[in-house]
Amino acid sequence: MVRFVRLLEREPLREVRNVHPAYCSVLVKFDALRWTHAELEAALRERLARLGSVPLPAARVVEIPACYEDVYAPDMAEICARRGWPAERVMALHTAASYQVYFLGFVPGFAYLGELPEELAEARLATPRRQVPAGSVAIAGRQTAVYPFATPGGWRLIGRTPMRMFRAGDGGSSVLAIGDRVRFRAISAAEFVELEKTWR
Amino acid sequence: MAVIRVIEPGMFTTVQDLGREGYGAMGVSPSGAADALSLRIGNRLAGNGEGAAGLEMTLVGGAFEFSEPGTIALTGADFAPSLDGVAVEMWRSCEVRAGQTLRMGGTRDGARGYLCVRGGIAVAEVMGSASTHVLSGMGGFAGRSLRRGDVLQVGTQNRANRLASGQAGAQQPCARSSPGKAAPLQGHGPRILSTAGRKLVRARKKLRVTVGPQSDWFGPAAPRRFYGNAYRVTEESNRMGLRLVGPVVEKLPRGEMISEGVALGAIQVPESGMPIILFVEQQTTGGYPTMANVISADFHSLGQLRPRHEITFQVVNWEMARGLLREQEELLASDDALFG
Repeated sequence: MVRFVRLLEREPLREVRNVHPAYCSVLVKFDALRWTHAELEAALRERLARLGSVPLPAARVVEIPACYEDVYAPDMAEICARRGWPAERVMALHTAASYQVYFLGFVPGFAYLGELPEELAEARLATPRRQVPAGSVAIAGRQTAVYPFATPGGWRLIGRTPMRMFRAGDGGSSVLAIGDRVRFRAISAAEFVELEKTWR
Repeated sequence: MAVIRVIEPGMFTTVQDLGREGYGAMGVSPSGAADALSLRIGNRLAGNGEGAAGLEMTLVGGAFEFSEPGTIALTGADFAPSLDGVAVEMWRSCEVRAGQTLRMGGTRDGARGYLCVRGGIAVAEVMGSASTHVLSGMGGFAGRSLRRGDVLQVGTQNRANRLASGQAGAQQPCARSSPGKAAPLQGHGPRILSTAGRKLVRARKKLRVTVGPQSDWFGPAAPRRFYGNAYRVTEESNRMGLRLVGPVVEKLPRGEMISEGVALGAIQVPESGMPIILFVEQQTTGGYPTMANVISADFHSLGQLRPRHEITFQVVNWEMARGLLREQEELLASDDALFG
């Protein structure tokens, strides 16, 4: 998947307007007046056959500071209560794991990270929140993520980062990119406030 | 430099062009005009390249004062525009004088109107586009909808877009009472959208769709339900998506779908069974099965849907969808056909 996206970036197809990678699929948006589906499929298959020769860069490791204290973790109490755990245990499990960025989607800079330790697997909220605070660290199923913007969201919130996950300037920059490795580092509420000043 | 002062912003007015394609891998949807056809034609009428930035108004228009003389065009839904109290005709180029104020009211039928000005609205391009992406606060004017007192710069030249050939009319009154005959494209006289052009931009309530990638996730009764009934647009609709209510589109018990990329116009069906049409500021990936996808030639109609509008869906195959798009683009490619 990562190789395929890199190949499409390196050798762009004319009149292909956008590429949306996901877990096990890539959506290719093209000008329907320049390509038929069959022609484009043939061009994509030709590239798929060459994936073996596409080098992958060494995965970057990105550390995301996150505060797991109550004020930033509205779903922590419920998650702990269900398991009879203290919040420290959820925090320890969440920060101990190293995650892979599978892809970015939903909104700018939103990275789908996995795999979340099985002990932390949680169903989505039955009714999504109308607005999740920007920077919220969330879990759902075997995935975790940071909400880059205040958006509606159905994942459960266990912390928050002061990091700005996406900046629009200069062609856009996202803290995370497909293929990166991610670790979360626990910070106190005081550190959160300090870091937020420098990053916002 | 010519500026436009925002006297009243209207309900929700943003700077839009044709959007920023190519950033899907970062989770960025293109945004851009909700009724791109109206923006493209508005720009052509105003003498711009079709991708210049204009103002998109929603349901209730604003009031704007022009510092310098200039050429404008109003397209999309009719917001009953007037210039210093004199009604202005839509779908044609129109001259404004320095100090004049253009005022708009509400629209009764469609949802979005466009104000295009010769030279375009000059804002810094973000990731190759002037369009506002409201959710992320990116692009447009300060990444947000307009407020009273904002001052917009008018471009002297379209940087990204070459001016269309031919001059938009000079020194012609804009009053509705002077419809004018077919105008010459070169020289003097206003540019007026042709009858064929007007037919082209008419918003449809019967939307043509192609079959979606997960159409087999739905029960045997689903197609008859979905294609045989009207769905109503709800108040919870915006540039991200149009939420519909109507007969439940029933899914087969197949569990959760693995998230994948979703296209503009994808009609997703969440647990509730009530379809959502993904729109210009859409999420780029989704985890609900897609029943159908609105065809490109009908995207502009989505931009004119407002709460309580009732729509139906008609399935077409890829070749028909491509043919309808080609027809649309051929008309747009010809000045003679568009303004003749």
